Amino acid sequence: MNIMMLLEMAVSGCPERVAFVDPEMDASISYQELFDSAGNIASILGATDVARFAMLDVSNIGIPIGLFASSWAGIPYVPLNYRLTDPEIESLLDRITPAYLVTEPERVAGFHDRKGVQVSSRSDFVALARETEGTPDAWSMDPEDTAVLLFTSGTTGAPKAAVLRQKHLVSYILGSVEFMGADEEEAALVCVPPYHIAGIAAVLSSVYSGRRVVQLANFSAEKWVQLARDEKITTAFVVPTMLSRIVEELAGATNADMPHLQSLSYGGGKMPLSVIQRAMELFPGTDFTNAYGLTETSSTITVLGPDEHRLASASDEEDVQRRLVSVGAPLPGIELEIRDEEGAVQPAGSRGEIHVRGEQVSGEYEGRGSVVDSDGWFPTRDAGFVDGEGFLFIDGRADDVIVRGGENMSPGEIEDVLLEHPAVSDAAVVGIPSEEWGEAVVAAIVISDAVTTEELQAWVKDQMRSSRVPERLEFWDELPYNETGKLLRRVVKERLAQLID
Amino acid sequence: MAALAAGKRLKSAVCATEIMVIAAPDGEVELECGGVPMTDGEGNTGGSVDANYAEGTALGKRYVNEDGGLELLCVKPGDGSLSTGGEALKVKDAKKLPKTD
Repeated sequence: MNIMMLLEMAVSGCPERVAFVDPEMDASISYQELFDSAGNIASILGATDVARFAMLDVSNIGIPIGLFASSWAGIPYVPLNYRLTDPEIESLLDRITPAYLVTEPERVAGFHDRKGVQVSSRSDFVALARETEGTPDAWSMDPEDTAVLLFTSGTTGAPKAAVLRQKHLVSYILGSVEFMGADEEEAALVCVPPYHIAGIAAVLSSVYSGRRVVQLANFSAEKWVQLARDEKITTAFVVPTMLSRIVEELAGATNADMPHLQSLSYGGGKMPLSVIQRAMELFPGTDFTNAYGLTETSSTITVLGPDEHRLASASDEEDVQRRLVSVGAPLPGIELEIRDEEGAVQPAGSRGEIHVRGEQVSGEYEGRGSVVDSDGWFPTRDAGFVDGEGFLFIDGRADDVIVRGGENMSPGEIEDVLLEHPAVSDAAVVGIPSEEWGEAVVAAIVISDAVTTEELQAWVKDQMRSSRVPERLEFWDELPYNETGKLLRRVVKERLAQLID
Repeated sequence: MAALAAGKRLKSAVCATEIMVIAAPDGEVELECGGVPMTDGEGNTGGSVDANYAEGTALGKRYVNEDGGLELLCVKPGDGSLSTGGEALKVKDAKKLPKTD
């Protein structure tokens, strides 16, 4: 197995079709050209002693060339987060040398003398890919070859490098994408960064379905709306913070006026109910899909589809309505279980750690081995529960649980109640060390209208057991999120612990 | 006849068809295209497609046997059709999934 095989098939299906467009750089590449370019770079890589191909750049035509060329040459592709500091980037690079590095023109000079790094600027790289006449060896079909190494956005310690083998990525695509399923006029707008698993998945899915990808290098809601209209985009993926900004950008409009947008999927963090409801009003003809997945699972493992969105949104029943914030049901190739701390499988409605199993699941980190158990189950560290109808709800991280006076409680439940208050626009609840209780319940909130601590405590007490009432609330201008919309709960916890000290 | 591992690529001996193994039962598996055993070598050796196995293969389609234990992906189409020990393989109906990325 090799992701090159997916590209080769796409070339057989639609060689002349445009594969990737970068409107900002005024560049585009067809499927045949992408295949030839990947071969040319593979030929160059084969003549060097580099062990990794590193990409430190925003979305551009060079990204898919680098990804496929690496697999053709049989070396791991390692996209790096360009938002990290220079010392952070350098320490990651040191872990993957000898490496071929492609980066933005401004950064090239900084890497010229770096040991074990052969650096090329984006434009030189793309020119080399398109103009060299390479004669690469055939690609390996060994399913165990490493296709991608992805540094996870670990919040503690050094980032871990998740190992995604050819078999994981190919299984994911074969299991979730219809070959050449896209019509000629379909176009996907890809605005997630290339170092995110969703960015890798977007490249592979689009190629296998024969869809044209329009790349947006640096997301802004204004640019996204403009590009979606100009390019008559038919499908797009966003993280929750992006959708929230798009909805704000369209404030005042009754309709987004994008009849061509057939599907809009989202994932990568918790979607606020108000944002998805407003988005569904603004895009009435668009199919919404919530996709939940992790780097370690080669992206999506559960899906809440368009029909479920419409049913939930139209329902009068509370149990059905709340499915709008669920992540749906597992893909056909994925098994899912909720387990408690002792490993016992939990019944419907009971919270625990989400475990998954399937061909696309890796669960392996470079230098640390696999965290998958002998039966193939991967502990996601995400907590959640499945309702009576099989819908999965994510409820924070497994280790977010607050233990107050021996009682376990989920921050998510308390946050949901706080967020229902009309004056509260964002909320994070954490456990802070307490001599009396072990942990005390404390909340950081963002408000849009005047409200007091006492009013909010009374609000929570009306709806939950009194142990859940935050004994202290801090009013902040905003909560800390990473760039893909994940709440940095650890940062909240540290700040609150310092304040309270 | 050979053991088939997932990821293995095989060619038809009598047409342009190429397949990749997605799943296979343990042990030896007979696999034919156009009624003639498939090879992992040179491919089309100039023989002809058996008229009983001449419906052709389609690029990107997945083919399964009766119990689903054998599953192949067509990576290059051809005039022959696939069979295991003479039993014709069928196109697997893919469940339509919403676009997720």
